[in-house]
Amino acid sequence: MTAISPPPASPSSVTATARPAPPPAHRTGFGVLLAEWTKIRSVRSTLWTLVIFAVVSLGLTGLFTWLTLNALGNDNNGARDSGIITDPVSFILGTGLGLGQLAICVLGVLVITSEYSSGVIRASLLAVPRRYPMPLAKGLVFAALVIIVGEIVAFCSFFIGAALVNGHEFTRTARVAGHAVTVHGTLNVSLSQPGALRAVVGSGLYLTVLGLFALAIGALIRHTAGAITAVIGMVLVIFPLADLLPGSWGAHVHAYLPTVAGQLITQDKPTAGQLLSAWQGFGVFCAWTALLFAAAIVLLQRRDA
Amino acid sequence: MIEAQDLTKRYGDKVAVDHLTFRVEPGRVTGFLGPNGAGKSTTMRLVLGLDRPAAGRATINGRQYAELAQPLRTAGALLEARAMHPGRSARNHLLFLAQTQGLSSRRVDEALDLVGLRDVARKRTKGYSLGMGQRVGIAAAMLGDPSVLLLDEPVNGLDPEGILWVRNLMKQLASEGRTVFVSSHLMNEMAVTADHLIVIGKGKLIADCSTREFISRSSEKSVLVRSPDAGRLADLIAAEGGKALAQQPSDGQAAALTVTGLEAPRIGEIAAGNRIVLHELTPQLASLEEAFLELTAGSVEYGAGEMPAAGAPAPAGTTAPGSGQ
Repeated sequence: MTAISPPPASPSSVTATARPAPPPAHRTGFGVLLAEWTKIRSVRSTLWTLVIFAVVSLGLTGLFTWLTLNALGNDNNGARDSGIITDPVSFILGTGLGLGQLAICVLGVLVITSEYSSGVIRASLLAVPRRYPMPLAKGLVFAALVIIVGEIVAFCSFFIGAALVNGHEFTRTARVAGHAVTVHGTLNVSLSQPGALRAVVGSGLYLTVLGLFALAIGALIRHTAGAITAVIGMVLVIFPLADLLPGSWGAHVHAYLPTVAGQLITQDKPTAGQLLSAWQGFGVFCAWTALLFAAAIVLLQRRDA
Repeated sequence: MIEAQDLTKRYGDKVAVDHLTFRVEPGRVTGFLGPNGAGKSTTMRLVLGLDRPAAGRATINGRQYAELAQPLRTAGALLEARAMHPGRSARNHLLFLAQTQGLSSRRVDEALDLVGLRDVARKRTKGYSLGMGQRVGIAAAMLGDPSVLLLDEPVNGLDPEGILWVRNLMKQLASEGRTVFVSSHLMNEMAVTADHLIVIGKGKLIADCSTREFISRSSEKSVLVRSPDAGRLADLIAAEGGKALAQQPSDGQAAALTVTGLEAPRIGEIAAGNRIVLHELTPQLASLEEAFLELTAGSVEYGAGEMPAAGAPAPAGTTAPGSGQ
């Protein structure tokens, strides 16, 4: 006949229903995890987004810290200057990672929405027709990747900032009981000071949950542009702006918003009037993320793919 | 085996699949035929559990697709739309699918060999032609060595060589005892590929029969007769129980009749017995294309007004379903 090779490994008839017995369920679960790892590592956007995350985070941590320290010498000390003096650890962890986190948001959205935009979702669901193991495995694999990269970048950020900050002498005027007082001091940060290690480790944890948060939003919205806009809009604009809500009611709403609560764990010292502790805030962020993830799975089970 | 029971799907108030019941048997190629928008792809998606039916159910080898523990080992599917990430290589696409089924990477290479893509498999699918994309899709369908295959318009975008290859592959898979269910809107393609046809229009079942039966059943056979003595012949044919329809005589030719209800040999005998000269005696075989147009007339989703059966004189007495549209 023509040039068709017989399907290999098919003993020429369907009496070959003596196929190897399918492995037990836990092996299947492992297979789905393995598959998600293959998916995530086999597209270039993963590597590039993580490179951008690392470069932006580390670069801006160094740049902002250096610029701010230089500005300390000048007389016009702004609020940021006092930030680096009153809480240098939070300053270091809040600058570069504050922008770098957007790359994690983008990646979290992309790992799921790219399946919808390319149509891979149909192949994925044909392979895993019970559906929910797929997003769970995707979340696990993605979280594992982000926690490793996130912790490395968080520690590197801290060490870069610490190297710049440590030993820096400053002079500033503070108002104490209505009198202007000149304060001299030397900046010093280390992982051994209270809360510092937790803040650094917490930064990696925050980024991990943020990635899952973005993944859940991506799974709900299913369109890359819409989901990225939604996540970044929330993280950069809507949640911070909620600070302007009036009264104690407003303060409570603000405190319990996902990333507002989540970022508490990246700060070594509590700020005045903080409603939640660092770990409580992290718990609130995890709860939000779990809720969105559950909603995404419920919709995935119901919707036509 | 694929079975659909009363399968129904609605999008809003539009019924895409309308109480479809059919059975796709193993060991033969079953063509799934219908005009664009007839609901073929939706039906396949319902069978594969990608879409939820409004009513009814579909099973593969007696079980719903979602109940299959490692479905790609039972059923392989090529869906119409491309389902690959442009930045991922064909090999990695197949690899992740294999991993979900506990299949080895050796199986991935075998599937790539089957479709002849081993050499380019490590390149990103971004640069693949439509035909190469189809081949990756077929490799994905064959990955788990399934006993049931659902292929939605598999020859789309393939060159003649590729079409021949797919055609032979389907025939071979069927001859191995597998269930092969292949959709197409191209009648002539199905005429040479499918042993059995399931025809739908506007989501409804129109025909479920063998390809040969489909052609003969849907279009009455007619015979074109040309004779200088057409009038007398028509009377004789009518007396024999046939039906003769006078055709417009063309320049310089004898008058023509389109005869239904009598076979060509019988007409020849009548003419000879009555010493009538015949200039032409030609059995008119309806092509599958004509049969299909006739059957689905009135069930075309986006019809372009009146659709004359291409070239063929419409056999009198044949009422296409819903031809009153």
